[in-house]
Amino acid sequence: MNFKADFSHWLDLPWQDKAIGLENFDAIKVLNFGDVSINVTIFNTWIVIALITLISWIATRNMKVGVKPTKLQVVLETFVLWMQNETRETSGSKNIQYLQMALGLFCFIVVANLLTFIPWFRPPTASLSTTMALALTVFLSIPYFSIKNAGIKGYLRKFIEPVPLLLPMNVFSEVFSVFAMGLRLFGNMLSGVMFAGILSAFIPFIAPLTMQTLGLLTGSIQAYIFALLALVYTSSVRENSD
Amino acid sequence: MDSYAIIGAVSVLGACICMGIGSIGSALGEGQAAAAALTAMAQQPDEAGRIRSTMFVTLAMVETTALYALLIAFLTLYANPFWNYAINH
Repeated sequence: MNFKADFSHWLDLPWQDKAIGLENFDAIKVLNFGDVSINVTIFNTWIVIALITLISWIATRNMKVGVKPTKLQVVLETFVLWMQNETRETSGSKNIQYLQMALGLFCFIVVANLLTFIPWFRPPTASLSTTMALALTVFLSIPYFSIKNAGIKGYLRKFIEPVPLLLPMNVFSEVFSVFAMGLRLFGNMLSGVMFAGILSAFIPFIAPLTMQTLGLLTGSIQAYIFALLALVYTSSVRENSD
Repeated sequence: MDSYAIIGAVSVLGACICMGIGSIGSALGEGQAAAAALTAMAQQPDEAGRIRSTMFVTLAMVETTALYALLIAFLTLYANPFWNYAINH
């Protein structure tokens, strides 16, 4: 097996790619194992996962309940508590699995989006395959949470409400509302990257900085929206008040 | 004018029209949402933080329609299926 690592593309800035297109991030190969090659999206996803794991490991290494917790622990506790509040308000349930799903989605997307401030980092969320995979996760967890909340009858009753005539419409909206979520994240991140790229072709020095600063705000808001919408969709079927 | 020129010209024109018309609706909607949020913030300054966070979420959701137009514009410019058709025939 011939192994080849090719990091030459990493020296190009994202807007210096030869073919700026929708598929440009997925077309850049980083590692080659014989026939199998790993593209830059998957590699950057690994970087994001490693970063999240490292931060969580450092923060929870010496956890203290008592007088003086570390600064990182305080920050992460505040963050988790905030997310817990949001989850309870949005889903109306104290089920911890909602919190786990929302935290997982939010952490991954926000770290991936915030890493765009490194100029050579191509965010994995600017690739349609990543965002569609995230949307697929939400799409599969809707029946899980719904059946868990209201039973299989309660889940299927959602499709024939308010009248059974609307069954195809309900199925369509079920599918497309989730995949529109993936498209929204992809469009936002791609437009951020490409706008900074096009602007830097005209004014290379200060102007792209402002757009990237705006991109940090947009990235965090998009991560929040993705987690929030996932919560709304998964908790749309609740148990009837017995 | 051969088919390449026609396809190229129509793609660029189509992308520009798509972005221009497609962003009208979302711009109007974002303006209305921001105006309503500002009114609410002026009436209830205590709730300003909560209104602001809700406003950001709403703005990002309203912006989605413009982003769909942007995706179509990118598709016509960079991933136009008719290029391959014209090259193959």
